Amino acid sequence: MSAQPDLLYSEEEEALRAAVRDLLTDRCDPAGVIARTESDAPHDLGVWKALADGMGLAGLLVPEADGGQGATHREAAVVLEELGRSVAPVPYLTSAVVATEALLECGDRELLGRLATGRAVGALAVALHLAPGAAFRTVRVEDGLLHGELTGIADAACADVLLVPGDDGGLYAVEAADATVTGQVSLDLTRPLATVTLDRAPGRRVGDAAAAVPRALRAGAGLLASEQLGVAEWSLTETVRYLKERKQFNRPVGGFQALKHRLAQLWLETVNLRAAARNAAAALASGDDTAVAVAVAQAYAAPAAVRAAEEALQLHAGIGMTWEHPVHLRLKRAKADSIAYGTAGAHRAELADLVDLPAP
Amino acid sequence: MSADAAELRRRTAELLAAHPPADTPAADFLAARFAAGLAWVHYPVGLGGLDAPRALQAVVDAELAAAGAPDNDPRRIGIGLGMAAPTLLAYGTEEQKRRWLEPLWVGAEVWCQLFSEPGAGSDLAALGTRAVRDGDDWVVNGQKVWTSSAHVARWAILIARTDPDVPKHAGITYFVCDMTDPGVEVRPLRQITGEAEFNEVFLTDVRIPDSRRLGAVGDGWRVAQTTLNNERVAIGGMRLPREGGMIGPAATAWRERPGLRTHDLHQRLLKLWVDAEVARLTGERLRQQLAMGQPGPEGAGMKLGFARLNQEISGLEVELRGEEGLLYDDWTMRRPDLVDFTGRDAGYRYLRAKGNSIEGGTSEILLNIVAERVLGLPAEPRTDKDVAWKDLAR
Repeated sequence: MSAQPDLLYSEEEEALRAAVRDLLTDRCDPAGVIARTESDAPHDLGVWKALADGMGLAGLLVPEADGGQGATHREAAVVLEELGRSVAPVPYLTSAVVATEALLECGDRELLGRLATGRAVGALAVALHLAPGAAFRTVRVEDGLLHGELTGIADAACADVLLVPGDDGGLYAVEAADATVTGQVSLDLTRPLATVTLDRAPGRRVGDAAAAVPRALRAGAGLLASEQLGVAEWSLTETVRYLKERKQFNRPVGGFQALKHRLAQLWLETVNLRAAARNAAAALASGDDTAVAVAVAQAYAAPAAVRAAEEALQLHAGIGMTWEHPVHLRLKRAKADSIAYGTAGAHRAELADLVDLPAP
Repeated sequence: MSADAAELRRRTAELLAAHPPADTPAADFLAARFAAGLAWVHYPVGLGGLDAPRALQAVVDAELAAAGAPDNDPRRIGIGLGMAAPTLLAYGTEEQKRRWLEPLWVGAEVWCQLFSEPGAGSDLAALGTRAVRDGDDWVVNGQKVWTSSAHVARWAILIARTDPDVPKHAGITYFVCDMTDPGVEVRPLRQITGEAEFNEVFLTDVRIPDSRRLGAVGDGWRVAQTTLNNERVAIGGMRLPREGGMIGPAATAWRERPGLRTHDLHQRLLKLWVDAEVARLTGERLRQQLAMGQPGPEGAGMKLGFARLNQEISGLEVELRGEEGLLYDDWTMRRPDLVDFTGRDAGYRYLRAKGNSIEGGTSEILLNIVAERVLGLPAEPRTDKDVAWKDLAR
């Protein structure tokens, strides 16, 4: 193993965080997000445009020569922390990370440029629950046309380009206009899933799915930990704030030792989660120790973020059970994230091989 | 002398002979069953019972079920049966019991519970809904929340503050509120599941005759304890077969969907299966103790275990279902009349179960009850017991 990765945030990363947070504070208030989840347009394309076009964040992982920013997963992770905090309904993880990563593997400069500049949203047409090494479904390729149905495709509803694995081993770019995208009723309404149906859809082969899909899912899994960190941080911060303010028994309920200890415990887990998420981002950026770093981050982050959101709901109690209160958005995101790109169990199983702790 | 099992079988046979279920409208059969004292046999004669041991109810229920007799749809009237009735029995006047218990039991009148308020959840005794005496009436103003069935209820059990100048526990009085009073406004309260199973209830100059008070003025907190203790038993104390409750759908999914199985999920599911089975046995043991007239302290823990298990099992089930776990059956805003914790899909179960550790006393409050009342540990220092309600921090 090489030198220890840098697990801290640089000044530039902190400045990036501040800018993203300002935007989201302005444009992504809880009431607006909740209202949007049930509208005909669950994705906030205005915020997406501001992030992608205005701030150039869709191209962080793309080299400058291809129209991107030439930054790394470390910066993208910071953006995802903020998006996780606000559960912003934008296709950042799916387009600017997962689809982009697939195209980086394929070396498709034209499409990379479209995604990097935010001119197009991309979605990898692989079900969201699949871990990096898992088998994925393909569609039939016949005379250059694609046939088949794929389910559980995150953010497909707002995608312009779908990256579809074919049964000939190719990864095909399909314009969304040539596919039928049908929304599925999703547990996490801020990252809606869809079914993609292809009926003689024209596709352009951009590369090999066997290489592109695992790389894309690994980047997704690794950076998802930063989003989970954002969800956990929001849950902790907001609960601490509420428990200082909420009075029962003639005192702030945050003063009760039993509750204080639970919040202190959550803080500890959030500290751990941050280290694991930073490590995964650094490993994805450097290419060192990536498989272990990503598996460790997901195995830890998935249950930690769920627990943080669950504790936030319980400690808010009655008000936390209401549709109007934003805590349920975090609970649903955290729970969906615990399945996305592989469950903690799937990542532990992968680790078993990676670190030579074989199953019985 | 109270009836024994043989006597109850004889009376049940008599009821069935006089009112054959096949030829008797359900409402008439239920009224006849109540009149025969076979509604709740441990209740007094004349109020639906025979002063018989509570455990013998099972004898009657088994005979009636075998004969295909209609029941009173207990899920629809759970608050009446589980909370209002025992409180009416313990604190109601003869006239009140005669007026309310029969329509409550037969299901002609649905009851709801006006206890929790936005500012008085765990600290229920701090409630701020005011009741002010005006001649023979009380005039009530305030807001209640988390009220199941309020939109279909005829009556509510209500606690309100009648004296703000004394410490909070001493200034509460218990009433029965007419939900058709024009000052009662019921608004659906949408939950994280998408539906509005509960309501907010706004009380504006609601007039309640003093004859609808339960217990003495200022004694409402003591009366409410009867209601709350029964509520917790009602929530956590259902009799279940093996794999009844939340573990059922998870176990079924496991059996029917081999493709979902992993080593990790297997061990976690088995652990929860064991926990669910043990919780079931604890509940069974508790019921046996109750039947012997030896109520044990385990009752305080039943709802705690029920909430934790429901949450863990449904959480595992969502994860187990993988791709399908990322979906949800329906977010449409609805107002169900029935509460069904295990109905609908895994996502619903997961979200709905989050309420199990909040409703009917949070798990935190119940743990305090176990620690202080069962284990006898000292209470935390309190600053709210000797202060007038009006001077409390809020």
